[in-house]
Amino acid sequence: MRALERHRKLSAIWASETGFRGWFSTVNHNDLGRMFLFTAFLFFIIGGLLAMLIRVQLATPHSAFAGPEIYNQIFTMHGTVMMFLFAIPTFEGLAIYLLPKLLGTRDLAFPRLTAYGFWCYAFGGTMLIVAMVFGIAPDGGWFMYPPLSSAIHSPGINADFWLIGITFVEISAIAAAVEITVSVLKYRAPGMSLEKMPIFAWYALVTALMILTGFPPLILGSVLLELERAFGLPFFQADLGGDSLLWQHLFWLFGHPEVYIIFLPAAGVISTVLPVMCRTTLLGYGWIVSAALALAFLSFGLWVHHMFTTGIPHLGLAFFSAASTLVAVPTGVQIFAWIGTMWKGRPELHLPMLHILGFFVTFVIGGLTGVMVAVVPFDWQAHDTAFITAHLHYVLFGGFVFPIFAGIYYWLPHFTGRRQFFRLGELAFALVFSGFHITFLAMHWAGLLGQRRRISAYAPEDGWTTINLISSVGSFILAIGIAMILIDVLLHVFTARRSRRNPWNASTLEWAMITPAPAYTFASLPQVSSRDPLAREPELATTLARGEGFLGTPRDGLRETLAVDSASGRPEMHVLYPANTRLPIIMSAVTGLFFLSLLLKFYWIVPLALAGVIVLAWKWVRSLGLRDDPAMQPVGHDLNLPSSATVERAPGWWGSVFLLTANGTFFAALLFGFAFLWTVAPGWPPPVWFTPSVAELALGVAGAVIAPLAMRRAIRRNRAGDAPLFSVLIALSGSAVLGIACAALMLRAPAPTEHAYGSTLLVLGGYGLFHAIIAALMGGFLARQIRCGYTSAKRRAAFPIVALWVKYTSITGAIILLAAHLSGMLS
Amino acid sequence: MLAGAAAIFGLVMILLGLSFRNRRSSGEEAGQIRVWILGLGLGFPALVLGALLAYGLVIGERLVPRQGVEAVQVSAQARRWEWRFTYADAPALETTGVLHIPAGRPVDIAITTADVIHSFWVPRLAGKLDAIPGHTNTLRLEADAPGTYQGVSAEFSGAGYDGFAFEVVVHDNSGWAAFLRGQPE
Repeated sequence: MRALERHRKLSAIWASETGFRGWFSTVNHNDLGRMFLFTAFLFFIIGGLLAMLIRVQLATPHSAFAGPEIYNQIFTMHGTVMMFLFAIPTFEGLAIYLLPKLLGTRDLAFPRLTAYGFWCYAFGGTMLIVAMVFGIAPDGGWFMYPPLSSAIHSPGINADFWLIGITFVEISAIAAAVEITVSVLKYRAPGMSLEKMPIFAWYALVTALMILTGFPPLILGSVLLELERAFGLPFFQADLGGDSLLWQHLFWLFGHPEVYIIFLPAAGVISTVLPVMCRTTLLGYGWIVSAALALAFLSFGLWVHHMFTTGIPHLGLAFFSAASTLVAVPTGVQIFAWIGTMWKGRPELHLPMLHILGFFVTFVIGGLTGVMVAVVPFDWQAHDTAFITAHLHYVLFGGFVFPIFAGIYYWLPHFTGRRQFFRLGELAFALVFSGFHITFLAMHWAGLLGQRRRISAYAPEDGWTTINLISSVGSFILAIGIAMILIDVLLHVFTARRSRRNPWNASTLEWAMITPAPAYTFASLPQVSSRDPLAREPELATTLARGEGFLGTPRDGLRETLAVDSASGRPEMHVLYPANTRLPIIMSAVTGLFFLSLLLKFYWIVPLALAGVIVLAWKWVRSLGLRDDPAMQPVGHDLNLPSSATVERAPGWWGSVFLLTANGTFFAALLFGFAFLWTVAPGWPPPVWFTPSVAELALGVAGAVIAPLAMRRAIRRNRAGDAPLFSVLIALSGSAVLGIACAALMLRAPAPTEHAYGSTLLVLGGYGLFHAIIAALMGGFLARQIRCGYTSAKRRAAFPIVALWVKYTSITGAIILLAAHLSGMLS
Repeated sequence: MLAGAAAIFGLVMILLGLSFRNRRSSGEEAGQIRVWILGLGLGFPALVLGALLAYGLVIGERLVPRQGVEAVQVSAQARRWEWRFTYADAPALETTGVLHIPAGRPVDIAITTADVIHSFWVPRLAGKLDAIPGHTNTLRLEADAPGTYQGVSAEFSGAGYDGFAFEVVVHDNSGWAAFLRGQPE
């Protein structure tokens, strides 16, 4: 088969539908990565326009441009859009587009999940923007502190849009994080062991793990606050046993890791682009990986530094102040490793390099002001002033926007197959750089003069007039620069000359293909033996196009790839991907219906939407079943691999592990909330304690013990060739009994609207019941698969996945029952 | 702190600029890692940050209310959008928008709120401390000289936040006594 014929055959297999209809049914990471990035930049423009409105408002004293009601919506939406609808999705889009190419494989682990995540993001983001257009956008500041955001002080639907819309969008973050984690760990080219992974993959892995553990506390907070607003469960009301500080803890438990979730991907871009710009390799690869891991770890220990002024005990302040300064050390390691890389190589001032230099200047200043506010006495003065606003823009614009611009200019030839023709980019960079520093250096100064953040007007006597005008002028220079970058990119896409392959002489695998990237990504998969495959084999692209790697022969219209052992990169299984389908967009539309009916309080639609999600999910997994035992699959080079349906740990098992990691964090945050309210909140003990019942507790715990044991037995019997159906049904019943005990807890929770104790028990019981239903549904699904002949001693991959969920349900369910009944017994 | 930050920033910029020289730093990767990563990346920040942290903690310790000192007790309660102040030494007295304290004596301000979160901030006298529903936070401050000081609430609280300010009037001894008797000069 000639390379061109292979290209045609593979394209036919992998391509999405032609025209715009293809957008709705594509599950290909090439399309979805582009769609993510494009949508994220639309939101970036919206967020940027909001920023311009803020600067217009503050340009002159006593501004009559917008009243506080509108202005409060503007700055709330600016922060919300930039954080949730631009920064995180940009990382997701970039990782979705790049990772399979960097890792030498054909797609991500769960293509339909990628599409589902994208549509959740697009729909959720649209909800927020529509709210803004109608003038009912959230207006409580992007961190939504209750009681300001509670029903009493924020009546109306504005805050609900934030809580529900952002939770909807976060589904996409969690989906992408599961996707990225499993892809990096399992979907790589043969031979690519962990230490041979491109550095960006490490950063993406660390970031994805951080999303899995950082976002759940915020999701929990949003759920609790929405429950309080909609149903009067008083989690954050001090007079009813709640505490508004709980929100601050949950929010910043997410909010601080969030900063590093935004910075780390950008650092990954720098670590990838900088060495290429300097014609050398990265200095201290292992050190940089360790620094990223250390940063991720430490970033979870310093959320309290956002709460230095809330009256935290002094010892706590000292601890978190120390942690906040400590986090600068791994950042320092990365910065100096990059500068060392520049000394080692021969830096060339291409456009991506200019933006990297912009990063260095801006981010180092942001880091240094960050160290200043980590010093508690300084923070007591600077907190909630424009100084903080300026600091965070130095960190985020320096640490994210400049590197992303560098990445855009670096990978633009990959997206388009063209090379830069007009020289608008250099001028645009100069405007962005100078505009940014004028705007935000001035803002530091205004903050030190006492200007609070979030004020909509000030008086001439305050003495901030000139400094604000300078800042506003700077912001318009910045905006013009960004508009020019946009024009530059558009000109590039539509007019530039065709480029040769690998224009930067980079050494990573994404350049070993024709550009723009074909739908199938690699015609055949490479065998990787070093960290810089293209440096060793510059002709790799041709070799792969000729089908000389793995899986070079297109078969039966199947989308094939292979998965590897996580550590060594040894090929482990043969994987078939699903083809184009509208299932993800339909499923996210139904998910959206669920959120929308909560938002608009059409509660009768909620169960319908939930049932719809369940039916679609059932359809989703059903299509994975095989009727017959698959043979060993030939993947080329005389290698035969087992099908993923016949292994102990299938991709779905890995996906479940990481989804449950996020879920477990959510549960841990919920338990933390319970303990926090109990020990810290005023208004405890509650007037009525839960009446414990030994019978309910014993029944529920018995169900929780039996279910996983029965699943284990089902796995053993199935492997031995015996009928597993009965054991699966026992497991299902065990989970159901656990669910009933949790439902009883919900029904008997004492006065949930009168004290946070009762509301917490209600939510705990609801969590247990929800998972028991999921476990029972999964058991039912497995039973059906067994009865219809979709499983066998060989086709066993579904069993461990169900077992995992059953085990998780049992552990959390037992903890919930113990926590509730013991709290009643101890009182 | 500013000078130190500027010096560190200058150092990084110089190192960045020098990387564009034509002469290449020779030597093995191991040596470069020692210089860049162990020396500048790990050692240097650890040293600077350690010193800064110690400094911050010592200063912070000095600002914490200590037992055993006879402090004037006042209460500050915030609501949207006004502050009400009451005085332990004159229980009948309540002032709105103006806090009266004596000069030269430590004052403990018990900060509470009647509705949402606010923050008590008199920049020239002390740092911020939040007013959190259901909690009482105590701020210790001491004004050296009589006079009038501007204070603001520094936690976003909705539509009336812009103008949410108050004043602190610091009295000398006789003025304070007069105020407590309900006869301001």
